[in-house]
Amino acid sequence: MIKAILIFNNHGKPRMSKFYEHYTEDTEQQIIRETFHLVSKRDENVCNFLEGGLLIGGSENKLIYRHYATLYFVFCVDSSESELGILDLIQVFVETLDKCFENVCELDLIFHLDKVHNILAEMVMGGMVLETNMSEIITQVEAQGKMEKSETLTLLFICQSMRQSQASRFSSKIS
Amino acid sequence: MSDVVEKTLSALPGLFDSQTGAARITSRLRQLVKSITELTSKNEEESLIKQELSSMKEQVSSPNTSMMREIMVRAMYCEMLGYDASFTYIHAIKLAQQGGVLEKRVGYLAVSLFLNEGHELLLLLVNTVLKDLQSTNVIEAYMALTVVAQVFPKDMIPAVLPLLEDKLSYPKEIIRRKAVLALYKFYLIAPNQVQHIHAKFRKALCDRDPGVMTSSLHIYLQLITESPDDYKDLTGSFVTILKQVVGGKLPVDFNYHNVPAPWLQIQLLRILSLLGKEDRSTSELMYEVLDESLRRAEMNHNITYAILYECVKAIYTIHPKAELLEKAARCIGNFVLSPKINLRYLGLKALTYVVQHDAKLALQHQMTIIECLDHTDFTIKRETLELLFRITNAQNVTVIVEKMLDFLHGCSDEHTIIHLVGKVAELAEKFAPDNSWFIQTMNDVFSTGGDLLQQDVPNNFLRLLAEGSESKEEDDQLRLYAVNSYLTVLKGDASHLPQRFLQVMSWVLGEYAHLQESVDQREVIRLLTQLLDQRSVSSETRVWILSALTKISEGQTDLILDLAESLSSSQDTVLRQQAQELRQLSQDSQLYEWVLPRGAPWDSMEVDSSLSFLDGFVSEALAAGAAPYKPPHQRQEELCEDRALNLEPYSFSLPVSLSSCSITDRQSPTLLSVSSGLSGNSTELSQKAGSSTLILEGVKRVWGRDGYLRQNETTAPPVDEPSAAVQPSGQQEAAERLEPQPEPSTQNQDKLQLASSLFVGLGAGSSMSLLGKSEAPPPRFRKKPRPHESSSSSSSGTSERSSDSSSRSSHSTTDSFLYGSLLEEEPATSISAFSHTPKSSTANGLAQNKDTKEDRRANTSQILGGDMVIVRPNTFQDKHPSLVSSDLTALLPADLKDLPHSDVISLTSDPSLSLSSCRLFRDEALLLVILISNCTETVIKDVAVQLTCEELETASLRGNVMNCLEGNSTSVCHYALLMDEPHTNVSFTGTVSYQTQPGHTNTLSFSGTLSAADFIRPLVVSTEEYGKLWLSLSHDVKQNLKLLTDASDPLRTTLNALKDALQLHVVDIIGSEGIVACRLLSGAPCLLHCRVNGAALAMWLRSPHPALPDCILYHCQRALAQH
Repeated sequence: MIKAILIFNNHGKPRMSKFYEHYTEDTEQQIIRETFHLVSKRDENVCNFLEGGLLIGGSENKLIYRHYATLYFVFCVDSSESELGILDLIQVFVETLDKCFENVCELDLIFHLDKVHNILAEMVMGGMVLETNMSEIITQVEAQGKMEKSETLTLLFICQSMRQSQASRFSSKIS
Repeated sequence: MSDVVEKTLSALPGLFDSQTGAARITSRLRQLVKSITELTSKNEEESLIKQELSSMKEQVSSPNTSMMREIMVRAMYCEMLGYDASFTYIHAIKLAQQGGVLEKRVGYLAVSLFLNEGHELLLLLVNTVLKDLQSTNVIEAYMALTVVAQVFPKDMIPAVLPLLEDKLSYPKEIIRRKAVLALYKFYLIAPNQVQHIHAKFRKALCDRDPGVMTSSLHIYLQLITESPDDYKDLTGSFVTILKQVVGGKLPVDFNYHNVPAPWLQIQLLRILSLLGKEDRSTSELMYEVLDESLRRAEMNHNITYAILYECVKAIYTIHPKAELLEKAARCIGNFVLSPKINLRYLGLKALTYVVQHDAKLALQHQMTIIECLDHTDFTIKRETLELLFRITNAQNVTVIVEKMLDFLHGCSDEHTIIHLVGKVAELAEKFAPDNSWFIQTMNDVFSTGGDLLQQDVPNNFLRLLAEGSESKEEDDQLRLYAVNSYLTVLKGDASHLPQRFLQVMSWVLGEYAHLQESVDQREVIRLLTQLLDQRSVSSETRVWILSALTKISEGQTDLILDLAESLSSSQDTVLRQQAQELRQLSQDSQLYEWVLPRGAPWDSMEVDSSLSFLDGFVSEALAAGAAPYKPPHQRQEELCEDRALNLEPYSFSLPVSLSSCSITDRQSPTLLSVSSGLSGNSTELSQKAGSSTLILEGVKRVWGRDGYLRQNETTAPPVDEPSAAVQPSGQQEAAERLEPQPEPSTQNQDKLQLASSLFVGLGAGSSMSLLGKSEAPPPRFRKKPRPHESSSSSSSGTSERSSDSSSRSSHSTTDSFLYGSLLEEEPATSISAFSHTPKSSTANGLAQNKDTKEDRRANTSQILGGDMVIVRPNTFQDKHPSLVSSDLTALLPADLKDLPHSDVISLTSDPSLSLSSCRLFRDEALLLVILISNCTETVIKDVAVQLTCEELETASLRGNVMNCLEGNSTSVCHYALLMDEPHTNVSFTGTVSYQTQPGHTNTLSFSGTLSAADFIRPLVVSTEEYGKLWLSLSHDVKQNLKLLTDASDPLRTTLNALKDALQLHVVDIIGSEGIVACRLLSGAPCLLHCRVNGAALAMWLRSPHPALPDCILYHCQRALAQH
């Protein structure tokens, strides 16, 4: 079972966090910090697995992560998941984000936190892997996006263009 | 037409509004994010977020919902950063309740992020979820399912359960798939509430959509992990699925990088390895497909390695097959030698796993392992050490432990330290080559492990020292080493040492310092007193030190008295008490001799476990009006009862006051066990009060829960006078050895030599001995079995087994469904059920029988042949045509005629014989009567009946062998069956052999099922007795059941229905509550308390047997469903 999915940037700023087990809010923050601490000090040429920190349950759990440009994607899973399988699941997740946002960048995650969560919900439900097929995930996300479109019609295009122009303006500041 | 236009026009402004709202959304959030990224300090961020939150608070109070979505997203953002936005929770729920589809989506998302399963606000969501689940809008149902699987209050599961079950047959596959996962979630949090839908899980497994099948594998992985035996019959199906997947029979959509459904393969391989574990026949079914998987997984992508890894693991888990093992070993080689670091990691993991079966494999890769040991990657290093840990033996222990300690010194991760230090300690205990090495290593363990150490490491160490082995001389030598080593340590700078280490040292010095004669006791005392003065020493450690001082202070009162004086005014009460005791003892040498007899064996110490010396005091206090003692849990219970608002579903509104009688009732057994549990150590221990936790372990358990514990081995040699134990010469030698010996320096040697030292003892011949590490070289320090351990572990584990045993459906159906869904080219005939050749007649009989049941439940008219059908007593009329006319009951033996009995049902028949059965309910057993009728005119000879049932015990049988059976006559044989362990359903099989012509034997086999309901008998008790019994029972289960609401008195109707179905005894009905009692034959009772709770019946069951309530609950559910 997947216990938690965390995305944070190179500075440890959380960009998305989803916990499938209940922790108190403080613990969640500590877990994010601890995980960042564990993951960030690893070189690029080491393996993508490490044992979970104390808070998330120690040797019972594994952290499986991938590092993309400015972002770390960390899945915390228990022994019932396959390490390499999860590693590729992260890849699927990121590729899906990329498809949905057209060239995803850190800012997309910040401004569309809800959409990221919705995409994730198509892949992982209650800690169980629901769907691993990218085109299927995108179909589902789009099917739900359609109602959004029907409600907000033309504005989407305006938003889209605004987002792109502003995103490029911010990205220099953030990174 | 104009209407439509008009509507559109009128809707436009609203649409426009929402658009501007949406525009504001992004701008506000953007504003927030932008300002946050511009900040430099945490403080600024905090104040900014606070500002943001307060502005949000203002906004939520205004009723504009178009803003709400945006606020939710902002709140999510703040929560993610770790700020409390709890005021938005209720609005999130509102949004999910009232909003349109879009709002609902954000609302549900926010709810699943903000709230946890136990959150009270979640109750407000239940109705919305129910409504949405029933909604015709797929998207709404979809969202509701998502939220159900994420967060749902456990108590409310019964409310949504039927809706979810409906969703399992929903036309849209994604809905079915989500429903399956939601049910799995329910299974995880409340297994007994979904046990009746196990059959539906099977249906999901056979779903025509591979996606739904995939999600059902989650459930099966879990179920099979819990009880592999119950699902062996599905092995064939899983193998078939895997075969089809590997063979590329799935749609191309499921491919990932040209690999067919890799995640599905991984899941299946895990399931198969669980099923095949230690089971030869099951393993044989899967060899072929494993081989196929290995072959098909060409090394071209990460994900194929994932499959290969699972394959290899499965091959090594199941019953071994040489050919496959060889292939798997080659695979592992590929992993280990791979330049990709991830694969190497997995290779090491695989090796670690495999090495238990085949140590030679590690030998093959020893050079790689050595390389990994020096790898820069922390994870790889750790995994390597884990591998080394597995291959440690008496010969290579020093090198391996050294490597581990090296690693530990350079490691800062707390978790790793704890984990690894425990392993080092374990190895040291098991394989230590000599005393000095052992003590040195343990010193290292204590000083690096520090206070993170798990408690049992020092405990075990002290126990080992204290209990010793068979040879007293060796023990004393070990103790002496320890004493010497600690004296050296203490002479150095002790301020940086961890508290645990200090505690261990002071205990050892206190106990054994006298063994070392060359050192003045005064010196020891001086060292210990020095420690006491140090500031870094915690007060707990001070207590340890002081008790050590107490032990060695005999005759040295001058040194101690000052100390005792100064500490007797300490702030710490425990320390003060200890100091007082020390003062008293040092003044009265006789008392000292009596309390702390030097070297007395522990066995000889007498413990007054009943604390009888306090009797006088207690009775005096009682006479003076003191309240009698209540054990803590009792106090807790009463506290709960006192609370003004009791929201628990159960409150005792029975007329009798139960608490008073229960106290006395309970006190006798529990109080005794509590007191003896506490004082289950020696008198000596009570002297060391305050520091009890650690020393408890160091002292032999003489008194346990059941009183005096017999030592089942030769008792430890008492610690005698030191002079006898240690010869002067040996002592000198010891002192010499104490000098830190130069460790065999491995650093300078090249890796080959390291390899040879690491892998020594793993050679060809010794691979067998490694299978069981413990049996190879006798462990140096053999632990004595702890006498009290055995009792603790036996009680658990029985309950899980029974819960799942009920729902087995046929493997043949599964197969045929699969053929139907996945294998189009399979001949059509095989789709029809039951055309498969049965694996064995037993399995087939069982399977068919179950199917019949299912079919009947579904009201299909497809009834199969002469199979047996289960009829439950009185509950529901069976419409089965093969029901035998009741005149057969007239054939029952006279002494049995009066017993309550079920209808007679036909079991099976052939041209000459027909069998039917009838169940008679006797108080202490179930009588299964088998009526054997001769349908022919001729005489049938040598009729013999044989009946087998694994779960049941046959108490007696009669009439199972007959010499001859006349034409057209009927004979009766009956079995008295007993059920010791509750099983929801048990099946029996049997055969009848007979001869129509001499020398020509025919056999006729039959099978059937008995339900636990057949074994439940009413327990006739009064309300008062019920109350007493209730409190004494421990295992309880609560659940809401359906209430039969059609009658005027629903509770009474429901209880009567249950009574009819299950032979319960309704003890009393008061208002909206009822109490019911029953028992399993003449064995374990089960008490039921029922309360009408709205439209449901809140049922609370208690029983001494953990599995019985579940079992009864299951039958109650069924009975009510049938009604």
